[in-house]
Amino acid sequence: MRAIGWIAVNVFRESVRDKVLYNLVFFAILLMGASYLIGQLTAGQDVKIIKDLGLAATSVFGLFIAVFIGIGLVSKEVEKRSIYSLLAKPIDRYQVIVGKYAGLVLTLAVNMAIMTVAFYSVLAYMGWKLHAVAMSWEAPALDPALLKALTLTFVELCIVTALALFFSTFSTPLLSAALTVGFFVAGRLSGDLRNFNTIVQSPAAGKLAGAVYWVLPHLEPFDVRAQVVHGQPVPAAFMALTVVYGLLYIAALLVSATVIFSRRDFK
Amino acid sequence: MIAVAAVSVLMTGAAALQLARERSYPRSIVNEDTLYITSGNALRRMTVGYAALAADLYWIRAIQYFGDIRLGVESRADASDYPLLYPLLDLTTTLDPRFNIAYRFGSVFLAEPFPGGVGRPDQAIALLEKGLREVPGKWEYLTDIGFVHYWWLHEYREAAQWFDRASGVPNAPWWLRSLAATTLAQGGDRASSRQMWESVRDTADNDWLRGSADRALRQLLALDQMDELQQTVDRMIRQNGPPPSGSLIQVRGGVATDPTGVPYEVDASGRVGLGRKSSLFPLPDQPVHRVTPAS
Repeated sequence: MRAIGWIAVNVFRESVRDKVLYNLVFFAILLMGASYLIGQLTAGQDVKIIKDLGLAATSVFGLFIAVFIGIGLVSKEVEKRSIYSLLAKPIDRYQVIVGKYAGLVLTLAVNMAIMTVAFYSVLAYMGWKLHAVAMSWEAPALDPALLKALTLTFVELCIVTALALFFSTFSTPLLSAALTVGFFVAGRLSGDLRNFNTIVQSPAAGKLAGAVYWVLPHLEPFDVRAQVVHGQPVPAAFMALTVVYGLLYIAALLVSATVIFSRRDFK
Repeated sequence: MIAVAAVSVLMTGAAALQLARERSYPRSIVNEDTLYITSGNALRRMTVGYAALAADLYWIRAIQYFGDIRLGVESRADASDYPLLYPLLDLTTTLDPRFNIAYRFGSVFLAEPFPGGVGRPDQAIALLEKGLREVPGKWEYLTDIGFVHYWWLHEYREAAQWFDRASGVPNAPWWLRSLAATTLAQGGDRASSRQMWESVRDTADNDWLRGSADRALRQLLALDQMDELQQTVDRMIRQNGPPPSGSLIQVRGGVATDPTGVPYEVDASGRVGLGRKSSLFPLPDQPVHRVTPAS
């Protein structure tokens, strides 16, 4: 457990050294600039647009971190040959995988926590500036329900990180990035595969689509941004089911990654 | 230090060249009336989960598109109408079906006649009905459809039916029931129009809608003033003959002006009208029709 912790902390430190947290500056500038510009560009709905923008930016920035750091977690160690010194130490290979994963999740968590604070700060300012029209909003500016959307976004990013790590155990960084982004997009659109058999004539194609549907990560339920922004309820049971689904999928990916990594011969 | 100075000199030179080129060859304005993607459902899939943000961008584009043409109408005589406004609003509301303001503002833009809008009350109603399919109990959309029937189509019986439907929605304001009754009984007279717009102004939940109601009330006031002035002008015509087109009307306090301060004008036929520069122009068709109360 201690070995996993050390590897995780080192991944986090490496991310900080790689200036990953610089994206927080871009995030803050984006939101602050938008809060000023939106009022000039639209007729009303400023808070709604800032919420949409903040939630989408949190997801996109996190996605970049998850993909572009995730794909290098293992392959970079192999390329630099630092994997030899790592495996020479008294640690199991599964500890390397779990530690690397935990480190990147820690990076994402810190990143998201700071972005959430910046997001709520901008919303507090918008709420103060536009309090005269607050009665027209579907949800208050400082709506705690936004945390539900942010929580599900975080779990979704953890799945993407696990995908990136999984692909990086057996593939090159470029291919891993392509596969991870491909799975992310397919996961967002996976709902369409469910009824694929009703629009194709070939029963085999229908069955194949059905099988793919159950294997792909279902990322659509993790997107409750629109519901939250419009003040629609997101039931606690839905949240719990979605989060547990995410955790099981992550566990499956980490086990698969460990199996592949354990069988790899680095000679 | 030398490098900083060199970069500064080079950048200043580039900016000066750009300025010279822009002065010599001003950029021609291309009216790019093109929507590359017209299917809202296809666009929704292409946004991969970021549909709400895409809806915001299409909403901003719709506002800018409307504003650009509206300003163009004021500065150029050859300005086109708004062929893309409905498709843009349709895309916006397909990407985010609960985009309340896109339905409500959009219907105002669509219903008002050119140059203030598209002059398509049918499209305004279609947009609001799309919103109703998404949120069936939204009394605001039901009321807005009633307004379009009342104000732009002068279909007072239909308007009364929509107001009545709106008044039956839980939490709808109390005045909708009396508005439905008044519309059915006296639909088309200025008093009921005034009552309608005062209700809208007093219950508006945003500045834009309040401003729109204020403008309609000023238009009604202008109609009253024009009726009074017409009597004066008719008297003058009987005494002195018809005035030249574009004449202003002298009253005791000076030139007669509309509620925005722009002088009224008399045309060649002796009719009093708004000045073309008035922000109240064009006035809606004067509501004169009456309907027989339903038995």
